[in-house]
Amino acid sequence: MTTVLEPPSPEALATAPTDDTGLMRRPIEPKGVWSWITTVDHKRVGILYGVTAFIFFLAGGIEALLMRLQLAKPDGTVLGAEAYNEVFTMHGTTMVFLVVMPLSAAFFNYVMPLQIGARDVAFPRLNSFSYWAFLFGGLFLYSSFLLGGAPDGGWFGYAPNTSITFSPGHGIDFWIFGLQILGIASTVSAVNFIVTMLNMRAPGMTLMRMPIFSWMTLISSFLILFAMPVITIALFLLSFDRNFGANFFNPAAGGDPVLWQHLFWIFGHPEVYILILPAMGMVSEVLPVFSRKPLFGYPVMVFSGIAIGFMGWGVWVHHMFAVGLGPVAVSAFSLSTMFIAVPTGVKIFNWIATTWKGSLKLTTPMLFAMGFIAMFTIGGLSGVTHAVAPHDRQQTDTYYVVAHFHYVLFGGALFGIMAGIYYWWPKIFGTMLDERLGKLNFWTWFLGFNLAFGPMHLLGLQGMPRRIYTYDKSLGLDFWNMASTVGAFIIAFSVCVFLYNIWRSHKRKRVKAPADPWDARTLEWSISSPPPHYNFAEIPTVHALDELWHRKYTEDDEGRPVRVEAVEAADDDSEPGNGHGEDHDEHGHGIHMPSPSYYPLVAAFGLPVMGYGMVYGRSSGQSYVVVVLGALILLAGLFAWAMEPSAEPEEDGHGVVELASGGEPALVAAAGPAALEAGGQEESEPVEGASGAPTDSGRGDPGPEGPGA
Amino acid sequence: MATKEKSLAHEEPVTPAPEHHHATNTGLSNEKLAMWAFLGSECLLFGALISTYFLYRGRSLEGPTPEEIYDIPYTSVSSFVLLMSSLTMVLALAAIQRGDYRRLRVWLLATALLGASFIAGQVYEFTSFIREGLTIKTNLFGSSFFVLTGFHGVHVTLGIVMLLSLWNLSLRGSLTQDRSEVVEIAGLYWHFVDVVWIVIFTVVYLIPT
Repeated sequence: MTTVLEPPSPEALATAPTDDTGLMRRPIEPKGVWSWITTVDHKRVGILYGVTAFIFFLAGGIEALLMRLQLAKPDGTVLGAEAYNEVFTMHGTTMVFLVVMPLSAAFFNYVMPLQIGARDVAFPRLNSFSYWAFLFGGLFLYSSFLLGGAPDGGWFGYAPNTSITFSPGHGIDFWIFGLQILGIASTVSAVNFIVTMLNMRAPGMTLMRMPIFSWMTLISSFLILFAMPVITIALFLLSFDRNFGANFFNPAAGGDPVLWQHLFWIFGHPEVYILILPAMGMVSEVLPVFSRKPLFGYPVMVFSGIAIGFMGWGVWVHHMFAVGLGPVAVSAFSLSTMFIAVPTGVKIFNWIATTWKGSLKLTTPMLFAMGFIAMFTIGGLSGVTHAVAPHDRQQTDTYYVVAHFHYVLFGGALFGIMAGIYYWWPKIFGTMLDERLGKLNFWTWFLGFNLAFGPMHLLGLQGMPRRIYTYDKSLGLDFWNMASTVGAFIIAFSVCVFLYNIWRSHKRKRVKAPADPWDARTLEWSISSPPPHYNFAEIPTVHALDELWHRKYTEDDEGRPVRVEAVEAADDDSEPGNGHGEDHDEHGHGIHMPSPSYYPLVAAFGLPVMGYGMVYGRSSGQSYVVVVLGALILLAGLFAWAMEPSAEPEEDGHGVVELASGGEPALVAAAGPAALEAGGQEESEPVEGASGAPTDSGRGDPGPEGPGA
Repeated sequence: MATKEKSLAHEEPVTPAPEHHHATNTGLSNEKLAMWAFLGSECLLFGALISTYFLYRGRSLEGPTPEEIYDIPYTSVSSFVLLMSSLTMVLALAAIQRGDYRRLRVWLLATALLGASFIAGQVYEFTSFIREGLTIKTNLFGSSFFVLTGFHGVHVTLGIVMLLSLWNLSLRGSLTQDRSEVVEIAGLYWHFVDVVWIVIFTVVYLIPT
């Protein structure tokens, strides 16, 4: 499936940008629906990711509530066995692939370029392609409900249970090709983010000055880059079994069911860290700001993140202790699983040390961040109990496991993401969320979460198996099941509070957010809320970790922070640090940004067409015409994309004029026709912006600190 | 400021010129870095497929077995053809770096043709195997052999499409010396696919079961 990745790069590179042979008129609308559909702005793509993922979160939440209703009492009748299987499969698949990953991607998109002082990601159109592929993959997966039944093999889709013999329906096919599309989306975006972070940091921002959230984004992106291909191959093999009669998972021909488990969990365990590392990054941003202290042990936080990223590849067998792989494998992976708790523990202690003796401000993001530490620690501890193989064997496939991974994925990832949402909301939307509602949101979230998932530890220890659609009254499991259901509905209430808070902030009491409402530490807070289209009027030069903090504060003799007077007023536009806001054109004239495009959408649309072609090709006598059609749409999209320059040359020659006038930032120079023609690096305008800045000032032009300013 | 000036030390104070990609943090252009990252991801794709082949070696319950069906000399020749295409790819890059567009096109076309000969050889090999009774459905060997080598064949085919697109661009005059990196990036992909074939040829054909 990855083959679709290849054509664009050389094509995109290989076409002269001046070659204006687009098939459709270039979209130019600055506002309205079409401007969103054709956007390549990382901030808008980020918002699209966030909103879409949140809608999928509501869908996954409704599935969870259905399960909890079914299990509230013994012999429940809300769902039948088959419907229950579909619902738990879709709940897991949704929450992993359509909620936590894309919610993290929303922040990667929105926040990371701002944190590293870039004007966009490295490949803006590829970014928009990732979003559309994600959306289409999600819709494709959900369309299975209407088209003869959703997948019912669990989010792990163990073969041969998912082979044609045992799952003859289309559900599994939707699952396979839906995940392939989502895999393409995330792999492409991982490449994009990696290149952005490695290549486009503002001058002076060494890797060890990169904000911790961006670091976790980088590690996560590498994990995505290397983990996704493994599940791609697993799904590829499974689809060959189902569509073309191959024998990979066919025991009758000697196929090994354990192969699937290995491939799936070699992907699956790094995936766990793909889900949690971004949340750890968000929490690591929130805690220092509201403790009014720097992050404790920043380098250790970075290296423990890297350590988790490496060790995450060596623990997958702990998902398979019950398979019977023999004492050596089990002992080795027991040990490695215990070891991976070490860098995680280091992080937890560093977070606690960050808050230690800080002037804590218990705002909503801070509450979610502290909730994260507590809940994630509980989840981490029950994780260590799974590292003990005999104990794990006892708990395998019981609700204890369900409790464990909800404590890390809900108590961890979702708490962290909620902290991130409340923290960056003012930056993204320019309005403040209500603090009282936020606190109600947090406390109901916290209470509901613990009531829903805490009792599952007990249920699991009492022997309640996972994935059963009902249980008998005589088992004595009814009390805690009811408690858990009540907890689930409290979470649902909490989500409603959150939605009301959003609605209120936008409709009723519109409190305009200042540029830096939290007195924060990183560059995204140095520009207005929401940021202008071009992010930075002038690419900042970075001198320190926590750059913005050092621009705002100096230290007195006793090491206490003292606010730099001159900076205090510069709250609204541009960067408070340099006080030159007025020097720049507020409407971004002279800053050449990538132009919107239809083609990422067109190309991405080919993917679900191919997916439907594969699903129905199997049942329509091996006729794969539709797959070819989808591939042609994809190719046509990619070729048209390659023919279209990344940014339209500006007709009024703004760039050139301002270049001549001296002092304007980087992108002016970079975006001049000369650069476009000479380099042909269609997609690399922002780089030149980011990195062209020093060239400009190095040239002796009156730069930000120069005499002309 | 110190850091800033340090990072500027090597910058040429001229208008942005072809060398502008050296202005990125790593010194590699975004496109080249993206290709390297993508190839890293590809390693895992092939790694998973090759592992699967390894796992199922000699575990088929019925024939035909690899020994019965392989024609090692034949595949050696087609492997040689593919490896030679890496040489012509290097020559194509050298040509565009010199600004010799005619030789660029010759070598691009030669690379594409060598790749196409390899694919033709693979198609012939597949059909002869099928004639001898080995299909993807026959046994574990058939499943893992066809999927692994076919997956590689698709990669080579896409590489050929890239090469022909570059050739076409050069004919139209829009592939110029200062954009030689485009050829270099396509070359990275092409060499990668060749290197993977060395592994596959060794693992699949040469190591006895």
